[in-house]
Amino acid sequence: MALDGDKQEFRVIGTRPNRPDGLDKVTGKARYGADASAPGMLHGAIVRSPHAHARIVKIDASKALAMKGVKAVVTRADFAEGQKGGDWNILENCMAGERALYDGHAVAAVAATTPFLARDAAKLVEVEYEILPHVTDVDAAMQPDAPVIREGAANYSVPEGMHPNVVRFIEFGHGDVEAGFDAADLVMEQSYTTEATHQGYIEPHACLAQMGSDGRGELWCCTQGHWFVRRMSAACLGIEVSKLRVTPSEIGGGFGGKTTVFIDPVALALSRKANRPVKIVMSREEVLRATGPTAAASMDVKIGMTKDGKMTAGKAVFRMTGGAFPQAPVDSALACAFACYDLANVQHEGYDVMSNRPKQAAYRAPGSPMAAFAVESLVDEMCRALSLDPLEVRLKNAAKEGTKSSAGPTYPRIGLVETLEAAKAHPHFTAPLGPNQGRGIASGYWMNWGGETSVSLALSEDGTVTVSVGTPDIGGSRASVAMMAAEALGVPYEDVRVNVVETGALGVNEPTHGSRATFATGLATIEAATQAKKTLCERAAAKWGIDAEAVVWEDGAAKPSGPNAGAFPPMKIGEICAKMGRTGGPISGHFEATPMGFGGSFGTHIVDVEVDPETGHTKVVRYTVVQDAGKAIHPSYVEGQFQGGAAQGIGWALNEEYIYGEDGRLQNPVFLDYRIPVASDLPMIDTVIVEVPNPGHPYGVRGVGETGITPPLPAIANAVADATGKRLRGLPVSPPKILAAIKG
Amino acid sequence: MSLVHVTTKVNGDEAEFLCEPRETLLDVLRDRLGLTGSKEGCGTGDCGACSVTLDGRLVSSCLVLGVEAEGRDIGTIEGMAAGEDLHPLQRKFIEHAALQCGFCTPGILVAAKALLEKDPDPSEEEIRYWLAGNLCRCTGYDKIVRAVQDAAKEMREAV
Repeated sequence: MALDGDKQEFRVIGTRPNRPDGLDKVTGKARYGADASAPGMLHGAIVRSPHAHARIVKIDASKALAMKGVKAVVTRADFAEGQKGGDWNILENCMAGERALYDGHAVAAVAATTPFLARDAAKLVEVEYEILPHVTDVDAAMQPDAPVIREGAANYSVPEGMHPNVVRFIEFGHGDVEAGFDAADLVMEQSYTTEATHQGYIEPHACLAQMGSDGRGELWCCTQGHWFVRRMSAACLGIEVSKLRVTPSEIGGGFGGKTTVFIDPVALALSRKANRPVKIVMSREEVLRATGPTAAASMDVKIGMTKDGKMTAGKAVFRMTGGAFPQAPVDSALACAFACYDLANVQHEGYDVMSNRPKQAAYRAPGSPMAAFAVESLVDEMCRALSLDPLEVRLKNAAKEGTKSSAGPTYPRIGLVETLEAAKAHPHFTAPLGPNQGRGIASGYWMNWGGETSVSLALSEDGTVTVSVGTPDIGGSRASVAMMAAEALGVPYEDVRVNVVETGALGVNEPTHGSRATFATGLATIEAATQAKKTLCERAAAKWGIDAEAVVWEDGAAKPSGPNAGAFPPMKIGEICAKMGRTGGPISGHFEATPMGFGGSFGTHIVDVEVDPETGHTKVVRYTVVQDAGKAIHPSYVEGQFQGGAAQGIGWALNEEYIYGEDGRLQNPVFLDYRIPVASDLPMIDTVIVEVPNPGHPYGVRGVGETGITPPLPAIANAVADATGKRLRGLPVSPPKILAAIKG
Repeated sequence: MSLVHVTTKVNGDEAEFLCEPRETLLDVLRDRLGLTGSKEGCGTGDCGACSVTLDGRLVSSCLVLGVEAEGRDIGTIEGMAAGEDLHPLQRKFIEHAALQCGFCTPGILVAAKALLEKDPDPSEEEIRYWLAGNLCRCTGYDKIVRAVQDAAKEMREAV
């Protein structure tokens, strides 16, 4: 791929302009998922199982359908049949078939003329259940007597003799771990648990669906990736993918949780049946019970270390449950577990286990935070046991360019050492601590992602620029894309408009996920601009009557260059575009690819906590994030990603957890009880942007969204251990657990 | 179900609507009056995305019934800017990158404005406790607090 070389001097990149969509978002004009309506629109409501595991004996909707204003009821019979694999899992999750598999699982849906009527009618749908035994705990789900979620769900990787709930087995590593442990002065092995948490985006899922009588459909929804929504919804309905057009609304947070579908196929099925537009908006309770939280994890880690802090071997055995479906992110958790370390001997084992919980979805660096909690907690514990500085030990063992990573491939240029050095040099690292305070550090990693990407860049008659992208703007990506287009074209930032366009307007785009939007959409935008610049130079060359090779593009204008080019005044972009219709037609650039040059991002966090010995309450008193961005396009939004990731990680470490009762029902499906950090829980979050350029991006971008949630889990646990002398190995480290540990 | 006729004032303008007795003020603002700037994040008064003022007092509109708006004066995000001129808080939120997804932003702006009307010079701690009823999942609140501090400073200096 022809890239722009190692561009070092930037005009726009690295500045902090106002985001183009800011005005709409501070005035209430921006339109999110629930803000759309259509003529003749109905409202949908979903009937959900109150049982963790039950056979659906009978569904009787006659009373609901008899209500005035009720226009349609759908059940599984109204969706496509015959899917396999991933498509079947998605449909089964959107609408239960023979059995309800978790508390909150959709079993039917109603469309009515008002939201209240729809909810009233949903209560009148009579579902007869035969309650089955359930299991929600990952370790319990692997025991011989555990109820089987689904026979035959295990894939080829699972060794014989395992419980049918184990659906994938993963094993990889290199070197000889036993020899490594033998060479160590200290070998420690500990077990860790993390509960499921939810992404906690403030906008509940919402969509507006309209199926036409011609079998074509339109969908408006809040999503991180509308091409994913299109493909998944078409599969659930049994229609061709191109018959569906999906337009993304503004999105009120996603963090991975809006990369799949829950209500969209249901709204489309209701619309198909009622022959009217149908809007569905989830309640918060529905979001927590029936969208995609993280997996819950149970992990064993064993590490060998010499007395001077050299790690000799590492072994991780992780068990994760992502609900009643395969695909708990145990593979990425294992791939990240020892990613920070240069280990000659490393072994990983993973078990993907089904249980009666909702189908997990991605959440910011899926799997990595749990893995970091286990590994970085044990590294910290061993440093304390050997009286070594945990930061020096991390530096001593840090992975760098040329290191064979724990996941296998050799690292290209990475920035872990740079983040550790920056953390060491930060005043926070040596600041004095007060009474009952403790300090923790931890590092973390996410590999980032490229993904299918298609971008179109079109020039207007006045030389201003429109960029059409397919990655919804979840946190300022319109700004970063506009900055890269402006940089590449040599035009002012204000002259670029970035639109997130619908599925009919571009080739397939993967979602805004994997920290890929600024990397991949940015790269595609720069390439599209390069194509447009080539055409602009050709038009100028034709006008001047010289070879196109004798024209260069500088500062937003074509200029003659070279000995025989002649002396012509620069021709500005607006000048060329004003005449483009007469000089060969519209000028645009486009780029389609699956860029593979994504570069992983490492981070190191420092946190000070103060633990109240009377209540066990932990207050975060100081927090510093150091992370490698590769290149920060818009530093304010990079800092924002660092801070937001840290805040979510703090919540995961201290408060947040899915609490299931003996009956298998979620006990805390409201924000009052599923408590995410509020403003008064947090201090200012200091940030240090490290820039070790990614060689796979023209401007060095790595992607920054996900890594920041990874170090907080162990950093907080390490700080609590420092403050109290007690090591807690199960998250969250909530006040009752801390108090119990302190009181012994 | 019979609908109730309500006469009220929204952002200074007279407004009338019919609603069911069980509809919340948030439902009415969004679905009857077309003011979708106020958001529903929880429906239980925990997230603050629906923050509006009722006779100048900050409330979660999901916890107020539509019929309670009778004869009252409601302020929403749509009334915060004076035409083209943004309120200093709105401007500072953009300048400080104090929003990422922007979904909580209308509620936080309405709440912050109510704070600054009460106390033009709040401390960081006072800002954090005042905004503790407004959840933001994207920013970690750092840039929000800074934007409020900066707007407060500008407003004080303008007096």
